[in-house]
Amino acid sequence: MEHGLQTCHGCGLLSRPTPGAEENFCPRCDEELVFRKPKSLERTLAYLIAAAVCYVPANLLPVMTTTTAGGSESDTIMQGVVLLWSPTGWPLSLIVLFASIMIPSAKILALLYLVISVKRGSIKNNAQRVQLYRMVEIIGRWSMVDVFVDTFTVSLIQLQPLMAVTPGPGLFFFAAVVVLTMLAVESFDPRLIWDSANAKEIQDEVQNA
Amino acid sequence: MQTKQHHSDSNRPLADATLLACADCDLLQRLPEVPSGASVRCPRCDKELWRHKPDSFNRTFALTLAAAVLYVVANTVPMLGLHAVGREAFTTVVGGAAQLWNNGQQIVAGLVLFAAVISPALQISFLLVIVIGGSREQPPAWVGLMLRHLEFTRTWSMIEVMLLGVLVALTKIADYATVVIGTAFYALFALVILLATIQSCFDPREIWERVAWAEADARRPVDKKIIAEVTT
Repeated sequence: MEHGLQTCHGCGLLSRPTPGAEENFCPRCDEELVFRKPKSLERTLAYLIAAAVCYVPANLLPVMTTTTAGGSESDTIMQGVVLLWSPTGWPLSLIVLFASIMIPSAKILALLYLVISVKRGSIKNNAQRVQLYRMVEIIGRWSMVDVFVDTFTVSLIQLQPLMAVTPGPGLFFFAAVVVLTMLAVESFDPRLIWDSANAKEIQDEVQNA
Repeated sequence: MQTKQHHSDSNRPLADATLLACADCDLLQRLPEVPSGASVRCPRCDKELWRHKPDSFNRTFALTLAAAVLYVVANTVPMLGLHAVGREAFTTVVGGAAQLWNNGQQIVAGLVLFAAVISPALQISFLLVIVIGGSREQPPAWVGLMLRHLEFTRTWSMIEVMLLGVLVALTKIADYATVVIGTAFYALFALVILLATIQSCFDPREIWERVAWAEADARRPVDKKIIAEVTT
């Protein structure tokens, strides 16, 4: 960016904008080019707030209701984790605990930290911050696991009138958290992490000259 | 989508095709000669800039064909079965989403369908188009269009996550009923491994270097000014 060059998000080609052009396009793949993702921080923050709002009903409302002859019972995600805990099932129970409860909250907090640190113009721990971003990017998808657990439990246990499982309202909010946090990751531009340090370097050079 | 329409304001390419900016920290650098099998990382943020993958095209071609066959199998035969109280029930991946839909969770059902069925289908068909079009010496521009959107399909294709979910669901259900793992489960498992192998074999850069440009006349780079700027 300091050299006035743009990297194509689609194909990686580095190119120079034509002077006077209002919009820029990649000469190789025709993708629209920008120096940084537009309104990256604002969009990331908006997705995060929405995700945090959905996180509450996702954990409080039941994701599954089991109806048997003896009555019906509703389980939240956390109750699902507890139910799964047994001498043989505990590793899976831990996986669900991590994927469904810890990853979504850690993701929201980590991205919030990145947005705030960029907004405040932090020039410290750049390498660690970009590592954190990459970790969030890689691990995030695994929080979808509970959506699939519920899907296949529901679709298999349809033994009316003996026993049937139906999805609960919490499932929608939980799925929303997963999608919203993935969109937040997608909207964040990691290059912003380095911009403050670059700006400061240029400023120092100007002062020293 | 502008495929044919040319932009007068397209950017100009640089004369030095080895120059690139790191995708994660924007550090401008020159890609060195990379021996086959080795990779280069950004000196500032440690992002892998490029891995020179040996025999990328042929391996990707073969694996993609195999993945396409497995995908069809995985979505036509049952994935899970259940025996309880003298009854049997089977479900496919699509069947799982359909059951959710019928239970009033249309949006979540759509998401499941998108992540477990549609995205993998797009991913595999994009790859197929890329390898078929890419076998020409100069792949046509629509190969580039597919390459550009491949990353999106990869992000949202979550078969491996689904398999873990299935495993957890089976453990839960095992308390009430006898569960049977269907052929599709094994096909999906193999598909996950294939897709991961494709990921480690496929080198998009190799195709990008050969593909027909959207701005055909811009192909011969002439911007010498920036070279001087960067090297000094």
